[in-house]
Amino acid sequence: MQLKRELMVIGGGPAGLAAAVAARRAGVRDILLIEREDCLGGILNQCIHNGFGREIFKESLTGPEYAQIFIEQVQLSDIECWTGTLVTELTAGKRIIAANSRGLHRICAQAVILSMGCRERTRAAVDIPGTRPAGIYTAGVAQNFINLRNLMPGKRFIILGSGDIGLIMARRLTLEGAEVLGVLEKLPYPGGLPRNITQCLEDFNIPLYLKHTVTDIHGKHRVSGVSIAKVGPRGGILPGTTRKLACDTLLLSVGLIPENELSKAAGIKLDRLTGGPLVDETGQTNIPGIYACGNVLHVYDIVDQLTKEAEAVGRAAACYIKAGQSQLPLLRVQAGSGIKYVVPQQISAPGKRLLSFRVDTPGQNKYIVIKSGRKIIKRQIKQRVNPPELIQLEVNLPELSPGNIIKVELK
Amino acid sequence: MDYDVIIVGGGVVGCAIARELSRYRLNLLLLDKEHDVARGASGRNSGVVHSGVQVPPGSLKAKLNIAGSKQFPKLCRELGVPWRRVGKLIVAQHKSELAKLTQMLGTGKKSGIADLKLLDKPQLKQLEPHINGIAALYSQGEAIFSPYMLNIALAENAKQNGVHIKLNTRVVGIKRLENKFKLATDNGSYTSRYVVNSAGVWADKLAQMAGITGYRIYPCRGEYRVLDKACAKMINSMVYPVPVAGYGGLGIHLTPTIDGNILIGPSAEYVKGREDYRTTGPVLNKLYREALQLLPAIDRRDFIAAYAGIRSKLCRPGSSRFTDFMICEEPKLKGFINLVGIESPGLSAAPAIAKHVGKLIAKGLKLAPNPDFNPRRKVETRLDNLSGELVCRCEQVTRREVLAAINNPLGASSLSAIKYRCRAGMGRCQGGYCLPRIVDMLRETSNEEITFHGPGSHMFIGATKELLKCS
Ligand SMILES: Cc1cc2nc3c(=O)[nH]c(=O)nc-3n(C[C@H](O)[C@H](O)[C@H](O)COP(=O)(O)OP(=O)(O)OC[C@H]3O[C@@H](n4cnc5c(N)ncnc54)[C@H](O)[C@@H]3O)c2cc1C
Repeated sequence: MQLKRELMVIGGGPAGLAAAVAARRAGVRDILLIEREDCLGGILNQCIHNGFGREIFKESLTGPEYAQIFIEQVQLSDIECWTGTLVTELTAGKRIIAANSRGLHRICAQAVILSMGCRERTRAAVDIPGTRPAGIYTAGVAQNFINLRNLMPGKRFIILGSGDIGLIMARRLTLEGAEVLGVLEKLPYPGGLPRNITQCLEDFNIPLYLKHTVTDIHGKHRVSGVSIAKVGPRGGILPGTTRKLACDTLLLSVGLIPENELSKAAGIKLDRLTGGPLVDETGQTNIPGIYACGNVLHVYDIVDQLTKEAEAVGRAAACYIKAGQSQLPLLRVQAGSGIKYVVPQQISAPGKRLLSFRVDTPGQNKYIVIKSGRKIIKRQIKQRVNPPELIQLEVNLPELSPGNIIKVELK
Repeated sequence: MDYDVIIVGGGVVGCAIARELSRYRLNLLLLDKEHDVARGASGRNSGVVHSGVQVPPGSLKAKLNIAGSKQFPKLCRELGVPWRRVGKLIVAQHKSELAKLTQMLGTGKKSGIADLKLLDKPQLKQLEPHINGIAALYSQGEAIFSPYMLNIALAENAKQNGVHIKLNTRVVGIKRLENKFKLATDNGSYTSRYVVNSAGVWADKLAQMAGITGYRIYPCRGEYRVLDKACAKMINSMVYPVPVAGYGGLGIHLTPTIDGNILIGPSAEYVKGREDYRTTGPVLNKLYREALQLLPAIDRRDFIAAYAGIRSKLCRPGSSRFTDFMICEEPKLKGFINLVGIESPGLSAAPAIAKHVGKLIAKGLKLAPNPDFNPRRKVETRLDNLSGELVCRCEQVTRREVLAAINNPLGASSLSAIKYRCRAGMGRCQGGYCLPRIVDMLRETSNEEITFHGPGSHMFIGATKELLKCS
């Protein structure tokens, strides 16, 4: 039997919740939100620290508190939610297969919003040789065990990677009585937000070793230690700098990958730079009627930004459902020199457009230059640029000349 | 109780022998020092059923390899182990390697392997559009299977047919009594009329315990990288380079696995530790480099795991001498059967090795058929299961399948034991998604400590606030 819905939202984290509510408010009656966990809220449920909601609610909420606001909105708007349900297949024809304890379900929809979030990179992604004992955790999994399952993974930790989850976990572990010997970062600058460096490491006297990495893992049954070494300017290990540290747990916080296996199988084109779908300013992918928002698109650093943009995507999907069609992309947007990536990667309609991007290295007094073809359409000085901080700039594109390329550069 | 036969070692060889002997009315015991079977070489290899092309004709190795590989289709069917013919290509990249291909064609034909042929470049491209090469030797009959699944299935079927299996039991001493052996272990002592030494890389040490000193095993490590299933379509067959003389293995090759990944490896490096399963930076880099030569489309981002296995070599480092399997009842120690140097193609030969050992035992024990012997292992088919709650998203493993793995007949309890039975945790996220769920399921079913791979490998040190209490 095949079910039919106007809109299907895949993933019930902050992005999916906000998009579903916005679509409902824009008049979509028949929405199905599918979430693989048993409750809505996504990764926020395990983020029990505060700092969420400062932009939207002007107060500092914990992850579960922030999520709860949107969960209630979903409930109040009477949106149908299937939790404990995993979507295993998506087609370009907007049909899905979903599995849950009641069996397999086939559902088709007029529009689909992808909001599956991201997953953590693992040991293989950073190629750490050594043994394979117990005591190697990704930061998010450790966070899950400690905060949601009341299980402590270890006593003496080394954390590899200074992204925000690694920093938050350094503090959490310390608060729970574990010892964090240090946070290692192979780059010359930290991967997380400056406020987290202060509040999670400096306030707890946890050392941050920049230009360092883990080169070996020791221990047969349980981690007994790791070897660490300095990293040279070209990324190689500096000879003679290796030393062994005794610990029982290695925590990996080595990046997130937007979770796009479903998208790929449906024929959605991905951006190699973000790992997420190529989208236009409405969040629409190359398949008309399939949209993407949240961390499945690119990894945000502040949930408030993500929420606002996901709401816009929800409204766009509502328009698509009403009109039965959407505009096709006319322009491409590209990351030029000094820029890691830009979203959206395409523009379909003229008007004021918000571009989100990251620089690839930190710098001071830099110009951000946005060009349309050869013409400079925006130039702005930034006292400070830092890869962990997403930059958002609005550009006015009163008319679009098809085939033109918009380029963001750092000068 | 006296056993008729004690088998030491629950690798594929020991378990194949146990299952073979369970066809007869015998009192059988299988011991392994680890918390599960398939923890040695049998769980750490390429998973290829070799046809015997690369083994010198006339040797015991060739004989058992060719005979063993022919038994695979039936054996795997009986045990519910996936097996598939994919063919093997030995690919020449330079003109200088062409002569070697022709020579191997000759050797293979002599060994009686019929379905061998040489492919020119266009034929190679047609078969494997992504592979670099100028010609290849194609051996259509070669197959792949899941080696640890076969090992586990053999053990489960043996147990179902009456074999006693004791895990976490390490043999530490062997005494010859008048007409039987007494095996001392760290978990009780056991007596039997026959002892089968299938201790893999420890087989020479075990023989020494019984006073036989003539064997020496040189451990030789092979490291692998595993590619994501997303790459599955890059190759159709196994792809080997032309072997280089003096190299301890068959060369770094690409092997599709039965589950849809691609293996890159193994390297070959003599090491001191017999269980030194480390992976190392230089070798991992080398695997990547050499694999790129064969398959330039590989992307670093598609690596999902790395592991290593140890070969039981009888030839010393630096020597390229061919060494045969050593399988015999010790003339000076009747009733003691040694299997030493069972390196590749040990998996492919295992069914035939088991029959061979059965014959050796038949010389001393009367083998009456076991009327209750059932060659089939009971397994649920995947399709019935796929509907339902998925615990592991990458490998699409349902709650029911994980529960079946938790309650496995051997009673092996660890996350690895679960992983090797149902594949939960073997995918691209390496357990990021399923680990918390499986831990929940384990906590629902028992209070036992949760380990990664048996004693000493605890996953947790206690509850969250516990460290605060003790300080
Ligand atoms: C890298 C690599 C790749 C390979 N690829 C292939 C291939 O593609 N095809 C193929 O046919 N073959 C292959 N092989 C060879 C094959 O894996 C082996 O020949 C085979 O697995 C050997 O099985 P086994 O039972 O003898 O040894 P193992 O699997 O090592 O089993 C020995 C068992 O004995 C136990 N044990 C040891 N000492 C004691 C003790 N004192 N007390 C109790 N228990 C003890 C160990 O715990 C272990 O479980 C490969 C091998 C390696 C290393």
